[in-house]
Amino acid sequence: MPKLNSLDEVDPAILKTYEKLGIPLNEQKRLSGVAIDAVFDSVSVATTFKEKLRELGIIFCSFSEAVREHPELIQQYLGTVVPYTDNFFACLNAAVFSDGSFCYIPKGVRCPMELSTYFRINAASTGQFERTLIIAEKNSSVSYLEGCTAPMRDENQLHAAVVELIALDQAKIKYSTVQNWYPGDKEGRGGIYNFVTKRGLCRGRESSISWTQVETGSAITWKYPSVILQGAGSRGEFYSIAVTNNHQQADTGTKMIHIGANTKSTILSKGISAGHGQNAYRGLVQVHPKAENAQNYTQCDSLLIGEQGGAHTFPKVDVKNKTAKIEHEATTSKISEDQLFYCRQRGLNTEDSISMIVNGFCKQVLNELPMEFAVEAQKLLALSLEGSIG
Amino acid sequence: MSNSNVILSIQDLQVSVGEKIILQDLNLTLKAGEVHAIMGPNGSGKSTLANLLARKEGYNVQQGTIRFLEQDLLSLSPEDCACLGLFLGFQYPVTIPGVSNIHFLKSALNAIRKAQHLPPVDAVDFLKIVKEKMAVLKMPEELLYRPVNDGFSGGEKKRNEILQMSLLEPKLAILDETDSGLDIDALKLVSEGINSQRGADRAILLITHYQRLLDYIEPDQVHVLSEGKMILSGDKSLAKTLESKGYCWVGEPA
Repeated sequence: MPKLNSLDEVDPAILKTYEKLGIPLNEQKRLSGVAIDAVFDSVSVATTFKEKLRELGIIFCSFSEAVREHPELIQQYLGTVVPYTDNFFACLNAAVFSDGSFCYIPKGVRCPMELSTYFRINAASTGQFERTLIIAEKNSSVSYLEGCTAPMRDENQLHAAVVELIALDQAKIKYSTVQNWYPGDKEGRGGIYNFVTKRGLCRGRESSISWTQVETGSAITWKYPSVILQGAGSRGEFYSIAVTNNHQQADTGTKMIHIGANTKSTILSKGISAGHGQNAYRGLVQVHPKAENAQNYTQCDSLLIGEQGGAHTFPKVDVKNKTAKIEHEATTSKISEDQLFYCRQRGLNTEDSISMIVNGFCKQVLNELPMEFAVEAQKLLALSLEGSIG
Repeated sequence: MSNSNVILSIQDLQVSVGEKIILQDLNLTLKAGEVHAIMGPNGSGKSTLANLLARKEGYNVQQGTIRFLEQDLLSLSPEDCACLGLFLGFQYPVTIPGVSNIHFLKSALNAIRKAQHLPPVDAVDFLKIVKEKMAVLKMPEELLYRPVNDGFSGGEKKRNEILQMSLLEPKLAILDETDSGLDIDALKLVSEGINSQRGADRAILLITHYQRLLDYIEPDQVHVLSEGKMILSGDKSLAKTLESKGYCWVGEPA
């Protein structure tokens, strides 16, 4: 990214987007490649942050640093959740990944702050084949944020990241993602391909892993953050909002694999299709023969804006134990002309009306996001649907 | 000619939808403080007029002018019109899933306040005012937290329209068959709500099929619309005459 001297040199349209998303000035500079003033150097903020973590024994660093400093942890856990044989893109990632994030929470430690990739030193640019590994030891917990609302461009079109989460006894991992990669132009040209393999293993008893995602970018998204519920009494959760506008395609969902006894999973998926966007929910709820008393609740809602988009669902339920309780609910709705007119007749302009209706539709999922992310995500939703009703 | 007393002035209006002419030779003036009623058989064009005034799309104005508070109404968007002070009580209010009634009411009020360069309403004050108004309309409080009109009975939907009207305090309230589907008790409540909104600085246009509503809301003028034309105007006694004689008494337009 070229180094610029001030925000004045940045494309005004880009700055306008940052403003709408409420991104602070300093962050705007970092995102557009403007040199950061020494006075506001975010590195010093990150340094204090790292100190606090170090006191608690929490490791949060780049993947390459972890390989150097904590090879035993890497060796023990890397590839145990997503082996290189898993799928083509996971294999590609395993072969060529160069960096990513590593996080280790020791026994009994509750990480006191949300960990965000923003605070990783040298996190200026995101790699094509990132690899993230998070290990939560017995009775620990962590909330991890990935991504940001700012539209991200990259000269590389393919992003094939792998994320592995491991939760031991009574541990909790909450992983939230806001993704707004360049989606391509209005005609569908260009745009990032976002093919990610994300999987969590609830290895320990009563462990829990929760995935929350807001996907508004990328030309094509293939993404199925999943949870393997191995430990007895473990819980998996998947909360998702996927927006497709213009010619975007999103094929996303989850796999909840119930292996241990008394395991529970919750799936809440909200898809919004505007323009010619195609949105698909692809989910698997699998209950293995020895998984006694498994419970799953799935709610899969689609919202269509305009006449050209598509919403598709491919829910698969594969149950091999008759004590399982599986619930599935699905709705499909439209923002009708009448609803829009009703809102406008009460003084709200078209944009605000759509934003209000979409936020209402997505509320349940937005409530699962950490606070700062939730506010940004709402603005991002409104922005990604701009011009969806012509 | 400027007349600050005039809220709405329609002159020589002709409106079509596609090839079909829905309204023609329409003239109507509403002054501040007045309540007018427009009656007419089904298909006479009453709802078209109401929706057109609220700036719904799909109508072709072939001729005529409409001035609202001395502005060219036809150049305004629905939200501009609303912020200027025009309210439409819908005949069939839609449901808005996921958006709570209270959030919707507050957003609407704040949008209009913003247009008037007023700050957003204080949340605590707002809740108090809304609850008071709901109590007057005998609306259960839990309707505040349900999605807009979701699972509301017909009567509750109509009362929700009147609740909105009383919160937004429009200069011109157009009520499209607000009485349809209401039982006597609900009708009385709704009428009280409408009457309480009468004011020297505002006007109300009641669109109704039956004269029953006008027993409770006394109009200054009654107009009869038939096949898109205003064929008769008179005072409130005209409504009684229509009731006893029926619409066919009105016969062919003169």
